[in-house]
Amino acid sequence: MSKILIRGAKVLGGEPQDVLIDGETIAEVGTGLSAEGATVIEAEGQVLLPGLVDLHTHLREPGREDSETVLTGTRAAASGGYTAVFAMANTHPVADTAGVVEQVYRLGKEAGYCDVQPIGAVTVGLEGKKLAELGAMHDSAAGVTVFSDDGKCVDDAVIMRRALEYVKAFDGVVAQHAQEPRLTEGAQMNEGVVSAELGLGGWPAVAEESIIARDVLLAEHVGSRVHICHLSTAGSVEIVRWAKSRGIDVTAEVTPHHLLLTDELVRTYNPVYKVNPPLRTEQDVHALRAALADGTIDIVATDHAPHPHEDKDCEWAAAAMGMVGLETALSVVQQTMVETGLLDWAGVADRMSFAPARIGRATGHGRPVSAGEPANLVLVDPAYRGTVDPADFASRSRNTPYEGRELPGRVTHTFLRGRATVMDGKLA
Amino acid sequence: MMRHLISAADLTRDDAVLILDTAEEMARVADRPIKKLPTLRGRTICNLFFEDSTRTRISFEAAEKRLSADVINFAAKGSSVSKGESLKDTAQTLEAMGVDAVVIRHSASGAPFRLATSGWIDAPVINAGDGTHQHPTQALLDAFTMRRRLVGRDAGLGRDLAGKRITLVGDVLHSRVARSNVDLLHTLGAEVTLVAPPTLVPVGVESWPCEVSYDLDSVLPKSDAVMMLRVQRERMNAAFFPTEREYSRRYGLDGDRMAKMPEHAIVMHPGPMVRGMEITAEVADSDRCTVVEQVANGVSVRMAVLYLLLGGSEPAVTPATTRIEEK
Repeated sequence: MSKILIRGAKVLGGEPQDVLIDGETIAEVGTGLSAEGATVIEAEGQVLLPGLVDLHTHLREPGREDSETVLTGTRAAASGGYTAVFAMANTHPVADTAGVVEQVYRLGKEAGYCDVQPIGAVTVGLEGKKLAELGAMHDSAAGVTVFSDDGKCVDDAVIMRRALEYVKAFDGVVAQHAQEPRLTEGAQMNEGVVSAELGLGGWPAVAEESIIARDVLLAEHVGSRVHICHLSTAGSVEIVRWAKSRGIDVTAEVTPHHLLLTDELVRTYNPVYKVNPPLRTEQDVHALRAALADGTIDIVATDHAPHPHEDKDCEWAAAAMGMVGLETALSVVQQTMVETGLLDWAGVADRMSFAPARIGRATGHGRPVSAGEPANLVLVDPAYRGTVDPADFASRSRNTPYEGRELPGRVTHTFLRGRATVMDGKLA
Repeated sequence: MMRHLISAADLTRDDAVLILDTAEEMARVADRPIKKLPTLRGRTICNLFFEDSTRTRISFEAAEKRLSADVINFAAKGSSVSKGESLKDTAQTLEAMGVDAVVIRHSASGAPFRLATSGWIDAPVINAGDGTHQHPTQALLDAFTMRRRLVGRDAGLGRDLAGKRITLVGDVLHSRVARSNVDLLHTLGAEVTLVAPPTLVPVGVESWPCEVSYDLDSVLPKSDAVMMLRVQRERMNAAFFPTEREYSRRYGLDGDRMAKMPEHAIVMHPGPMVRGMEITAEVADSDRCTVVEQVANGVSVRMAVLYLLLGGSEPAVTPATTRIEEK
């Protein structure tokens, strides 16, 4: 088996150390390591983290391969430092049966760029009416542990309660897209000063917060665990904080773009900023950063939502919602959390690897950088500064809000079970 | 002058006064036996209407024809929103045909802005109403009507609406007319008050340069003009207010309420009016109601906008006025 010696990297941002990879596992961590025949990577000044885990990715396959495929999406993931992604269920057909989740799982294996863990739909066809075969999806080869109707909210309280109860049988988790549908009819952007001025339908914060409040109470009532997707408001943070203080088993995620961008950008009417949930205010951004720093928000998840050019090159109302994020996530987190002093690299490892792996029960990922562990690793050059050029993306889609923007940091190497998927900044 | 007219908020005070003054000159053309100027001869203007609006389209068409422009009317039946590419494709088709300006009406807020800024076409874009966002020529014709009535036809030249107190009543939430008027009237120095049930006032209105009241009766005595906004029928079934009767009782304008207004004050409406609900026949047909004048003024104002945006180097009206020669 091949050996790789990473020399002088700051493991989790700490003191420089050497890491020897032997085959699929980490053989040794220490200083002054040497290994005959090993490929040596000089990593002075670089930060070594466990491979990132994204609990919220849209790979679009099956059904919208013009936007993304499992292959192109996982190549994008590897480029962004990810070694595992959870693929959302809103495909065509919907991933609501064992057959579809096994297909996605198999495509991930064949692609080989990172592990793909399919998320199963909570309800048949994401229609919110009838529970999908959650147990069959869990028992399938894909071993589904996370269930979500993401893109839609499980708004029926009884269905949500049943789902929360049912997944307890196999330690599953329901990931809720919190969006009260009646309060968001015709909604196109955050409700507030900017929406009033632009004449775009307002998406009130309470539409998110009311569902979160209901669901944490349901989770408490049935003694299950619930995960809240893409928190976007200061009020949502307060509800999650309260729920955790009460001992409710709730976890929550925030996207990189909600840590950086605000609804002021919608003044351009450029649909690249159209996303679900919508970009919120400066005050919300600060609350989300603080909550991620203090652990109220457990993880960063990309909500990588690829769309072809024509779905965004149109008027705002007609445009699809969502933005790609796998390849820029770590840079945005570095800028918003690390360079602001809110989080150190160990904290980044927790929010982007350890915690998402724990929530999704991803075996072999989110593990410590120590001997005997699977060699799922990412090397980052935090001193790098570069302008985002979507032409460089591995993702099939280019709908990024960061085009032309300078972001810090660069993934130089990604290793999936000891095999480089990214080498010297390029896909291997 | 700017290159496009997308929002009333984009107009400076001087821009707006120039348009109003130019519109006064254009209005004189309507008094002539032959209501036509050669100003835009050889220019092609497309009226690109993705949303039905006979009144606005005819007004623009009349304005274009009075300036001798060649007119293409494009009516996209149904919504383009379900086919996102159609606006871009249509625009590029028109560009290839060599249109010199596009007048666009669209159900999606921001569509004219996208058209003007996305690089799809080069021609000037004039917003003829987009979603619930803006309708700048409506605001200009309203301001033109107010200036004529409240300041005076000739005395108003070069002047704005400083100190005038204007009240807008009704469905502010869904009204591009309200948004445009608040912006323009503020720019012109007027004091604006919005009156509506709280359900029809947008969240975020506190940033607008106006007052908000829920009590029409208390605002009427201090209003120089009261503009009633149209309430769309579908709102009546969407829990914005309990019943048509209740809305009418609290926010409708009848003779008794009109009597509370100062004697000189006028009643305006962008049309079409829902008689008996927003406004009684007694008020709509009174001399103080300017609805018909607003329609006529709309043509003059749109002539002025087209002339100024298309950069007419020749005088708009012969003999030339000093002001236009200076431009």
